[in-house]
Amino acid sequence: MLLITCPWCGPRAESEFTCGGEADIARPLHPETLTDEAWGEYLFMRRNTRGLHREQWHHSFGCRRWFVVERDTVTYEVRAVDGPTPAAGSAR
Amino acid sequence: MTQSHRLPQGGRIDRTRPLDFTFNGSRYQGYGGDTLASALLANGVHFVARSWKYHRPRGIVAAGVEEPNALVQLETGGRTIPNARATEIELYSGLEATSVNVEPNLERDRLRILQRLGRFIPAGFYYKTFMWPRRLWPQYEELIRQTAGLGRAPGLPDPDRYDKTYAHCDVLVVGAGPAGLAAAHSAARTSARVMLLDDLREPGGSLLSTHATIDGANAESWVSKIVAQLRACPDVTILGRTTVFGYHDHNLLTACERLTDHLPLDKRRGIRERQWKIRAKRVILATGAHERPIVFGNNDLPGIMLASAVSTYIRRYGVRPGSRAVVFTNNDSAYRAALDLKASAADVLVIDCRPARESTLQQQAREHGIEILHESVVLEADGKLRVQAVKVAHAHDASRSNRARTIDCDLVCVSGGWNPALHLFAQSGGTAQWKAESACFVPGASKQPERSIGAANGEPSLVAALRAGALAGAQAAEMTGYSVQHVPLWQTDASIDAPLVPLWITGERGRASRSAKQFVDFQNDVIAADIRLAAREGYASVEHMKRYTTLGLGTDQGKLGNINGMAILAEALGQAIPETGTTTFRPNYTPVSFGAYAGRELGDFFDPVRTTCIHAWHLERGAAFEDVGSWKRPHYYPRTGEDLHAAVSRECQTVRNAVGIFDASTLGKIDVQGRDAVALLDRVYTSSWTNLPIGKCRYGLMLDENGMVFDDGVTARLGAHHYLMSTTTGGAARVLSWMERWLQTEWPELKVYLTSVSEHFATFALAGPFARRVLQKVCDDIDLSPAAFPFMGVREATVAGVAARVMRISFSGELGYEVNVPANFGRAVWDALVAAGDEYGITPYGTEAMHVLRAEKGYIIVGQDTDGSVTPLDLGMQGFIARDKDFLGKRSLSRSDTAAHDRKQLVGLLADDASCVLREGSQIVNDATGRGATLPLGHVTSSYMSPTLGRSIALALVKRGRERTGEDVFVVLRGGATMRAKICSPVFYDPEGTRQRVE
Repeated sequence: MLLITCPWCGPRAESEFTCGGEADIARPLHPETLTDEAWGEYLFMRRNTRGLHREQWHHSFGCRRWFVVERDTVTYEVRAVDGPTPAAGSAR
Repeated sequence: MTQSHRLPQGGRIDRTRPLDFTFNGSRYQGYGGDTLASALLANGVHFVARSWKYHRPRGIVAAGVEEPNALVQLETGGRTIPNARATEIELYSGLEATSVNVEPNLERDRLRILQRLGRFIPAGFYYKTFMWPRRLWPQYEELIRQTAGLGRAPGLPDPDRYDKTYAHCDVLVVGAGPAGLAAAHSAARTSARVMLLDDLREPGGSLLSTHATIDGANAESWVSKIVAQLRACPDVTILGRTTVFGYHDHNLLTACERLTDHLPLDKRRGIRERQWKIRAKRVILATGAHERPIVFGNNDLPGIMLASAVSTYIRRYGVRPGSRAVVFTNNDSAYRAALDLKASAADVLVIDCRPARESTLQQQAREHGIEILHESVVLEADGKLRVQAVKVAHAHDASRSNRARTIDCDLVCVSGGWNPALHLFAQSGGTAQWKAESACFVPGASKQPERSIGAANGEPSLVAALRAGALAGAQAAEMTGYSVQHVPLWQTDASIDAPLVPLWITGERGRASRSAKQFVDFQNDVIAADIRLAAREGYASVEHMKRYTTLGLGTDQGKLGNINGMAILAEALGQAIPETGTTTFRPNYTPVSFGAYAGRELGDFFDPVRTTCIHAWHLERGAAFEDVGSWKRPHYYPRTGEDLHAAVSRECQTVRNAVGIFDASTLGKIDVQGRDAVALLDRVYTSSWTNLPIGKCRYGLMLDENGMVFDDGVTARLGAHHYLMSTTTGGAARVLSWMERWLQTEWPELKVYLTSVSEHFATFALAGPFARRVLQKVCDDIDLSPAAFPFMGVREATVAGVAARVMRISFSGELGYEVNVPANFGRAVWDALVAAGDEYGITPYGTEAMHVLRAEKGYIIVGQDTDGSVTPLDLGMQGFIARDKDFLGKRSLSRSDTAAHDRKQLVGLLADDASCVLREGSQIVNDATGRGATLPLGHVTSSYMSPTLGRSIALALVKRGRERTGEDVFVVLRGGATMRAKICSPVFYDPEGTRQRVE
């Protein structure tokens, strides 16, 4: 069971969290202008990284905040923990 | 029976405390401090089990956790434990145990005949034999299950309590043998938080059965001194009778502490087992090593034991398992058993496969007059229920057994070397490495912050273990931020060891034959010939061989036999052992009870029951309940003599013709407030919210980003920036999480606050033509007239003296109001509404009537009429989709697949036979005969007998359903028959909606 440091609550056991998959996938600002392929890219395509992977986690049985964890998918080492994903801000 | 094999003195037992116990119905006596195994051996009982497959007689082999044979059914009834290892069961007064896998008893076991049939049932026998005819497999299976197997699972509830706890520490030391004690001691000196866990009753490990000295004093006194010093440290926790069984990610270790198993049944109080989940900054694995046997013919006979186990029985328990012993070894450690046997006045002969070399232990043996046959091997043992003799041959002449010499004996002590207990290291992610000089796998590079020391690291000598322990403890403390002043150093007797010579198996290398079986895995009855058979049949990978032969798949997970098995496979394949590799070590190290996992999470603590504030009333009215998520909801309210059908029919008709009341408190409710509340609603719902005035409600559909419906409900606008959203009963938490996620990750600029108020408000639906009159009687501060309070309106009002929010909405198609009041006042308001409705014949109605009423109106239930693959367009709900704004999932509605013309669409179905209620989930096809390739067109999603229409109705998802309205399809019934049904509109009743909008 991973030990994940919630940016608000500190180190907690994995069982308090939910993984939300790959991070940094911003929702397109104007979906109606996208081709099916481009929309499908946003909906379905994921990197399936071997190695360092940025992913979203939710402290679902704690403070209920979302944040980004940089985790090595091979060693399970957690490198860094950021606050909420900045994807929205950067997209706008 | 007297304790015939008990030595007159010695052992860490309490001779002043005799304990009576029963094994297989016979009464025996042991002493405090005994295990069941040591007490049985003290009474001369070696033969304790029948083997799993061949039902061969088996005896106690080991003295600890690695025991493969001596599995017993401990106690009876709810407390019974199957396959408990006699070597680990601490003896208590009144203990009762029986052998497993025997019928009617150990001596007269019916299936002992299988011993003679062994060569007809090699590995893979079942797969090859029980294939034909296939239909007989159920009978075969039952027969095989009766034949093979171990203990019986308890049939009664477990009366004991269990617990779970978490712990955190700087340094966790697993194993309190010499290396572990040294490590804990040197870490504790730095005032680090140290936990020391050991599976035995007392710390000391191998030091409890050794003649070694430390700093000139005997080892037992060193143990006492170190433990006393550790106990004096406030930040040191020592847990005995605690087995660390799992090593998980990020240095989380799981352990099971046994608190009461050593006590007589009537003295047990409190928690039986506690599961520890320990997060350690550094872990030191001092888990020791398991001695391995050498494989030879009939090596499974009772009386053939591990050499170290014999030492343990003599030194720790004062039990001498035999008087004429043969010690068969390829290394020096077994000489300790020879010396211990000699010291307890047994005849001893050592068979050593190696030539004589300089060695302290061999020298001592000779000085004590022990005869040693060098360069010799045991080929085969002989005996019926106990070993009586061994055949010994010259090591280089071993293939010709006719030149073997027979030596009588009643005890054979075997040592083929030592396997470090790598289990936890391997579970931590580390890979084992082959160490040629000790012919064993040792821990390789660490993958987590841990270190293996002592025998667990392949360092057999005591002085090396102490040194490694002291160093590892200090280093671990230093790495966690403590400063080390001094690393203790302890001295032991100097000794010279002659090197081990690898020896895995002696005698024949042939196929399964008439010759004596050479057992590799005792518990699963795997013999060397099985492994060679697997290799011949192409199961060359060690993982395949393991599954084909079942090597190591027993409850002992091959602690004794695996390495020998791999060596034999390697030999059969002409490979080196490291090339063949090891199998995977998985948690758990030893079997763990379900109780330790469950802890206190049992019954309602595991699966809490949610009830509304009206629950007691529902119970009084004799409601039948339905589980919806964790909620208990009234399904229907049967009156005397009514079944479900009659009750639901009456409830529906009362709602249609008079008035009914429904407890809808389980609906999810989310309070949405803030400047951008309307923006959020616009983004998560398909409909538009900007033009909804205060005091009005609107129905909303929520989609996921794939465009699929995932929740629905009515949201009321209470103020300029204040909305009350309702969700499905099961979707409340999901919807809140969904909106929270978008707000946090994509729309942090929106100023919105979401608060779950599901349990804060009780919600009652009042439905039927008299609903207004009933409400009027208990609510006089608002104008309920249709003009003042139209359909889809919401008002703040006082109902039965309680501040309420009243919505004029309907899920039944009738005139309806939903009354929301604080839950603490819910019962009073409910009672007042029911009393007010009395003169109009009000009836409570349950979820079944609610379902029928809404189905008559064609209203969907998300999760019943939808399944995560249904869009609003499929449901014919395009009217709820706003064109002029974006919302979650909107773009997906125009993807080529979601916009396709041949999708399944929600339609009504009327079966030809009006009395036939189609089964929900039934497939729909075009062809009545079912012949040929009939593609399913869809399925029935909702189906009821409609009391209003006086016939059955159904909703269904059917391919191109809407354009096929009026056409016939066929619904597949149970058993393959079909029922013709006509596709129609899903709205069966009052399609114009005049009843609910009644002005």
